[in-house]
Amino acid sequence: MTTLYAILIDGMIYASWLFLVAAGLTVIYGVMRILNMAHGSFYSIGAYSGASLVGWYFAGGDGAPYWSYLLLLGAALAAGLFIGLLVEQGLLQFMYKRDEILMVIITYALLLILEDATKLIFGVDPYFTYQPYSLLGRSSFGELTFANYDLALIAVSVLIGAACWLVLNRTNRGKVLRAVIQDREIAVAMGVNVKLMFAATFVVGTTLGALAGALTAPAISVSPGIGVEVIVLAFAVVVVGGLGSIEGAIVGALLVGLTRSVAVHLAPQIELFVIYGVMSLVLAVRPQGLFGRNLARKI
Amino acid sequence: MLRLDKTETWLLAATVILLTAGFLLPSWLTFILTLAFAKALVVQGVVIQMRAGLVSFGQGLFFCIGGYAVGMGGAFLDVHDVFALIGLGVAVAVGVAAIIGLLMTRYRDIFFAMLSLALSMILFGVIVKNPTLGSTDGFNVHAPTLLGWAPQGQEQKLAIFVLTVLIAGGLALALNRYMKSGLGGVNEAIKENEIRVEFLGLSPRWILYANYLFAAGISAVGGALTALATGHVDPEMAFWTTSGEFVFIALLGGTTHVAAPFVAAVLFALVRTYALELAPHSWQMILGFVLLAIIIFLPKGLWSLVAGKRRAAA
Amino acid sequence: MRRTTSRIVPTAVALAASLAFAAPALAADNGKFRIGVVTFLSGGAAGPFGVPSLNGAKVLVDALNEGKLPAPYNLKGINGVEIETVIVDENGGATKQVEEFRNLAERHKVDAVIGYISSGDCLAIAPVAEELKMPTVFFDCGTSRLFEENKAPTYVFRTGLDAAIDNIGAARYLVDSGRKLDSVASIQQNYAWGHDSWADFSAAIQQLKPGVKVATEQLPKLFQGQYGAEISAISVSRPDVIHSSFWGGDMEALVLQGAARGLFDKRAAVLTCGESALDRFKGQAPNGLILGARGPFGAFAPQNPLSDWFRTAYRGKNEIEPTYPAFKMAQAILGLKAAVEKTGAKPGTIPAKEAVAKSFKGLNFESVSGTVQMARAGGHQALQGIAYGEYSFDAKSGKATLANVRHYSGECVTPPDGTTAAAWIKAGFPGAQCK
Repeated sequence: MTTLYAILIDGMIYASWLFLVAAGLTVIYGVMRILNMAHGSFYSIGAYSGASLVGWYFAGGDGAPYWSYLLLLGAALAAGLFIGLLVEQGLLQFMYKRDEILMVIITYALLLILEDATKLIFGVDPYFTYQPYSLLGRSSFGELTFANYDLALIAVSVLIGAACWLVLNRTNRGKVLRAVIQDREIAVAMGVNVKLMFAATFVVGTTLGALAGALTAPAISVSPGIGVEVIVLAFAVVVVGGLGSIEGAIVGALLVGLTRSVAVHLAPQIELFVIYGVMSLVLAVRPQGLFGRNLARKI
Repeated sequence: MLRLDKTETWLLAATVILLTAGFLLPSWLTFILTLAFAKALVVQGVVIQMRAGLVSFGQGLFFCIGGYAVGMGGAFLDVHDVFALIGLGVAVAVGVAAIIGLLMTRYRDIFFAMLSLALSMILFGVIVKNPTLGSTDGFNVHAPTLLGWAPQGQEQKLAIFVLTVLIAGGLALALNRYMKSGLGGVNEAIKENEIRVEFLGLSPRWILYANYLFAAGISAVGGALTALATGHVDPEMAFWTTSGEFVFIALLGGTTHVAAPFVAAVLFALVRTYALELAPHSWQMILGFVLLAIIIFLPKGLWSLVAGKRRAAA
Repeated sequence: MRRTTSRIVPTAVALAASLAFAAPALAADNGKFRIGVVTFLSGGAAGPFGVPSLNGAKVLVDALNEGKLPAPYNLKGINGVEIETVIVDENGGATKQVEEFRNLAERHKVDAVIGYISSGDCLAIAPVAEELKMPTVFFDCGTSRLFEENKAPTYVFRTGLDAAIDNIGAARYLVDSGRKLDSVASIQQNYAWGHDSWADFSAAIQQLKPGVKVATEQLPKLFQGQYGAEISAISVSRPDVIHSSFWGGDMEALVLQGAARGLFDKRAAVLTCGESALDRFKGQAPNGLILGARGPFGAFAPQNPLSDWFRTAYRGKNEIEPTYPAFKMAQAILGLKAAVEKTGAKPGTIPAKEAVAKSFKGLNFESVSGTVQMARAGGHQALQGIAYGEYSFDAKSGKATLANVRHYSGECVTPPDGTTAAAWIKAGFPGAQCK
């Protein structure tokens, strides 16, 4: 019994984290058809910005500790906006006519560059900014104890998921964006400013990535290489759910999160294969992912 | 009588020059060249598929199979002959490819890339979980023999260099023939528009399947030669970053000429070695900028420099 | 635009190519003692291990070149010859490291190589070092297979300890401290290091306290960072003791997340690599958490003129206490220096590599961790003791110290030559001499 609800809660916490990590990736792919390899770097830049700002705040001493959450969010937004605009305006906007696969390689180059840039800016010493994590205390369910921060992460992730969905489905801007997703050329012909849409989408995507990093930072030790670890994970979630679909990312995160939780509790030996196993299985049955669109074959 | 076209004459000449150079160059350089040519064979595997529009982010799978075939052949099967070991690697790789190729050829674009990545990572996981294979530490390869001859030390490295150059030269010739054949041309057509190829009465899927098998085999040769040269195998060979490197080199060289992957692999090895030395803390950044520069200024790869000049001269 | 670029790129390519062939000339002999230093400068192992060890190397090499070390190391540089280092990033896998090792030996013409944290790299480098006859000192990698597979080494030395010792020591410490010890849970990173550590520890604890049950074995992947499900699974299995060989950021994350969820409240936990984060936990680790340093290094190092000097010099340059990787690097360099100077070559000259290897074999030398005897693997492996202690944080001063420290001598925890660690543990530690 304990194991059962442990599986559920652990699975939910992990799934919500996976969704946070994958949301930005799927938004960018959905609109721009760019499979962004550098997404992990945005995650790690967010984590570093959040951790260093909050670390600096607590080193100062006197401020009220709860302000640190605001700082965490602020750091993520600032970092995401800055790096998103820099990359989109400085590089990607000149590349949109290139092949989808070539875009993967361009973002791979970006990943290499940003990994080292992060290292040069923040150093290689791990950042250990635990305050926001331990501040919220813990809750006990029966014999299990959970950190409230992790539980709060579920709420944040639901909020972000809902916000994305609402913007896409219930606002005018969202509807225009969906038109761009459906058919870029027709949208341009109808007078949609696709350039602006692309820039906005990319910045939103990087900010979501940075946000995921900043929110994860207090629970981990932020060190070089965390971004690279995240990429494949986020890819798996997004591919399982169907590239470019928010609903898909939610379902993919839940599927991967819960399966992994089951594996850890019941068969820890196979944990390493879970993610790739789920991904291969889903792709074998539904090549376009669970929520992916079937593309018509064009002659 | 075999008639050689211009490319083939050049390839033969390059092979002969490299063979002589092997005896003159300092041994660290021949070692780098050995590894670069072995890697270039895997890159050829990537390029074959890239020409038909498929990007494999999991070519490390077959690279790793080739390497582990050499390692395990020596350690568990008591096979030490170089040719038997390479043959073993190719056989296993092609066998595996024949099965998963049936699945893989149903996928295109990003999905092909991601699924190939996933499969390669599963092999990585299997090896990591296996303590008799040394898990992530891998294990050392037994000293190989060449048709009964057991070279030692420097001689052994030289022998493997010569072998690598000969195999690479031979495969380059074969690839050149394939590229210039009618079937080779169909690959471009598949990339442009698969349905039109179908209407012409050809089966793109089976052409892609054949490509996949051939790419698997040639990658296994690359893996086997790498294992023989370094004397060590570890599961990093199947890790996705290794596969990423192959794609990197493929783009660096471009897909238009059979020699491009070789040139690109050598250049990549040298750039990396010197980047590592000049900037041990930021060599990845240098690689990243080089890659970006190539994509922006030379979208068809380094080879477009050569091709461009020739066109200008003509 | 197009026209200029088409000229720039070929020029760049030509430049790169000419650089490649011109550079060997730069690396000609310059009369200095050249040491290749290989350690992680990128990736997850850079922060906790690579950079502290490189900082340790820099502090020591600079001081040696200025002749500032206390006796017996007051001769300048190595044997009176100034030291020059060639630094290489260990990231990128064994194949690349073999390539770089050949570069160091043949292009940079180094006189010795010190380095390697990853066990896979050590295993791959060892035969190459023998082939190239290059004195090579492994300072950190812990695999037991190193000298089990390279049975007759000549040029390869290891001044750090075998990882089996960490786990035999940890088992002894747990048993000797008299804790309740009916069941053990394991959480290891899913790669060779984690597998080997747990295999050695579980075998050792079974020998010392037969009947111990294994509550659960968790194997999250390396650099996972999130251990929610694993922590629940361990909590549910209710072990008396948790054993983990986690290191670096993963270890800090596990401690933080575990402490926040009360994982360590009712039970003991032993972290074999825990010392490297002693000053970083800042009270987030629970008091009583058992930490090791893979030998008598870092906070466990004995006080002697050398370690006092090293701590002060390191603090002066880096503003933090040196952790165990810094100590281990210092030990490797001191070992090399002692070996070179013992050859009896005239001060100011560099002896032949054969002579260095010969005099390194079976060497006794003073180090920042006390006296080191190269007394295992036929004189190629250092024999030293190990220590464990409990984390103890004083909130007022904000300082962490180690309480209830126990030392075990090298003879107590190290298998004699001729048996493998696994076989020695299985046989019940025959010949172990413990105080």
